[in-house]
Amino acid sequence: MTLDSSPVKVLGGGGDPTGATASPAGVRPPDAARRPPSAWRRRVSRWDATFSPYLYVCPFFVLFALVGVFPLIYTAYVSVHEWGLLGGKGDFIGLDNYARVVEDRYFWNALRNTLSIFVLSSVPQVIIALVLAGLLDAQLRFSSLWRMSVLIPFVVAPAAVALIFGNVFGDRYGLVNEMLVAIGFDPIRWHVNTAASHVAIASMVNWRWTGYNALIFLAAMQAVPRELYESAALDGAGRVRQFLSVTLPLIRPTLLFVIITSTIGGLQIFAEPRLFDTQGLGGSDRQYQTLTMYLWELGWRVRDLGMASAVAWLLFLIIIVVALVNLAVSRRVGTLGGRR
Amino acid sequence: MHTQNTRRARLVTGALMALTLTMTAAACGGGDSDDAGADGKIKLTVATFNEFGYEGLIEEYNAMQDEVVVEQKKAGTANEHQDNLYTKLAAGSGLSDIEAIEVDWLAALMEESDAFADLSDPEVEGRWLDWKAEAATTEDGTLIGYGTDIGPEGICYRSDLFKQAGLPTDREEVATMFTTWDDYFAAGRDFVEKSDAAWYDASGATAQAMVNQTEYSFEDEDNTVIAADNPEVKAIFDTVTSLSQEGLSTNLVQWSEDWTASFQNNGFATMACPGWMLGVIEGNAEGVKGWDIANVFPGGAGLWGGSYLTVPKQGEHQEEAMELAKWLTAPEQQIQAFEAKGTFPSQPEALEDPVLMESTNAFFNDAPTGEILAERAEAIEFIPHKGPKYADINTAFQQAIQRVDEGKESADEAWQSFLADVERLG
Repeated sequence: MTLDSSPVKVLGGGGDPTGATASPAGVRPPDAARRPPSAWRRRVSRWDATFSPYLYVCPFFVLFALVGVFPLIYTAYVSVHEWGLLGGKGDFIGLDNYARVVEDRYFWNALRNTLSIFVLSSVPQVIIALVLAGLLDAQLRFSSLWRMSVLIPFVVAPAAVALIFGNVFGDRYGLVNEMLVAIGFDPIRWHVNTAASHVAIASMVNWRWTGYNALIFLAAMQAVPRELYESAALDGAGRVRQFLSVTLPLIRPTLLFVIITSTIGGLQIFAEPRLFDTQGLGGSDRQYQTLTMYLWELGWRVRDLGMASAVAWLLFLIIIVVALVNLAVSRRVGTLGGRR
Repeated sequence: MHTQNTRRARLVTGALMALTLTMTAAACGGGDSDDAGADGKIKLTVATFNEFGYEGLIEEYNAMQDEVVVEQKKAGTANEHQDNLYTKLAAGSGLSDIEAIEVDWLAALMEESDAFADLSDPEVEGRWLDWKAEAATTEDGTLIGYGTDIGPEGICYRSDLFKQAGLPTDREEVATMFTTWDDYFAAGRDFVEKSDAAWYDASGATAQAMVNQTEYSFEDEDNTVIAADNPEVKAIFDTVTSLSQEGLSTNLVQWSEDWTASFQNNGFATMACPGWMLGVIEGNAEGVKGWDIANVFPGGAGLWGGSYLTVPKQGEHQEEAMELAKWLTAPEQQIQAFEAKGTFPSQPEALEDPVLMESTNAFFNDAPTGEILAERAEAIEFIPHKGPKYADINTAFQQAIQRVDEGKESADEAWQSFLADVERLG
């Protein structure tokens, strides 16, 4: 499959620092030729041409080094030491922390839970957001009102969402169960049953993020030239066909962006399951303990920052793998849509 | 048409950016500086959990001097407070000027006594019950916390539910029914036959009460972990898990949302009731009539909880904080806290005070709570030993009981996984 005219490049194209260095070389101030500039001025001007572009982009890299690279490396450093939360650094122990994590049955349990909640949240989220954006893109009365209203859940703090949903999904006195009983069903044990707890948590995540993603999709859809729809309509394509064959391929960069960010967010999910009960360990049998909660338990309950850092690095690697898989899969999907 | 589209796209993007900016600004707004207020006073913060009964006292303190302004930060549960405390201890900043700690995690924090200011002071020597102060004193004589309250327990009960089930309702009569655990459970079996409600609030709470009556439960004198082999711990586990199968328990988890809601839904009829629980019940059961407290505790007497105020060394105003902690934990103030929220004083002087002895609680049918809890405190014969691993093992123990209550595991399976958890904690 070829990706020559791939719009994917748009995604990474914005921050390319090397492109900036080439251009100023040919641009000289017009008065430079009038009289021979002093050696000093020439040097300054050369420095200006050589270093300024780097200066312009450096705030990002300084910040990134401080809050991105440094913690990453420091975490790796902590993960190969014995390191107590309060006691601090101990002996160098190589990969022992990693071995202990991999041997802990709660690690694998947390990995399973994370993947399950991730699939239950990200997949419906992206699909519903796409459909919502498609609807919002149509000519609607009060379109601004609709567009703003899908964003309301996003404005609510995740902790508040978790508290409200914690009550809604109460096992005994929760709203959902009371409604289920009222229409003749058995109550669902949201905090006990593993699958049910994952559904409950995923629905919190979806409630919060679907509207946000829909707006991002909408922004991309608005930039799709309307002429394409007109010609598609002339060719006899219905709305669904237009959506699949025009909209989807043209918003593919945005689609990839949303899929990658929701992959990262989904695998790092913490606040919702953490606040789903008051103990924060993910239920009596760790039914909904995710990897970040497991990391938190090791670091702050067991008070072993070495092991917690090992989990952080494992999580980092897992996210990279899943993100690459997603990237490959969604590229394929987008291209097939375009070829049709 | 095209330009219109681009403009619209820009509008949407603009709205998104504005929103992101607002949220970033809101997130940054939380980190206000903790120093002097507008009028040049020093700002002191006091971090507590559940109900300490300090609201009125802090107002009083703010009014009686001009140097400091005190603000209280309340956490909903002890767990939440503990997590926050550990995080900020590790980070080395962010703690309040005064941090409350609970006796269950005191031993673990004693190992970090360097992080807390030494509060020993001839002025307050002998202010607390000996064992209360001793527990917070290191081997070299550093006192890391001023005692606030202790947790002598009575049994709180719903006299209206008792009446419906044909049980006596008068607190004197009820007190004669529950002298041993066997009697208490027998009465419970009788009760659940005649009522829709459960007998007690949570299996975990009942287990907790029984653990608190065990001198060495999870750790022995040298803090060696004995939880796995201790027959007393196994007996508690077996008793509690078999009773929940008989329907005596709500099968809810203490402090969970359902547990809180069960106060409003006639969920249960009795509960183990340390002094500080009175405030919790009154809050959760607002509007419910019929609560009362009996001067009895199965198995003799028990202590549950009780706290200290510490001054972390990372605070900038340790001297002022120490002054405030000293004032808050003085007998006169602790009596006021008791009257507000039922936190029972740990100061002998307060225990003899007529104000305490004559204090009654309107919510609990005007029960003489001061006198009852003082008698419950007198009945205590020993203080259970709680080492540095106590809180962690206790969490695992409570979870094991919860798994049986929820039907996730049989009692045997849950016990086995508890053993594995204890092993994991090392």
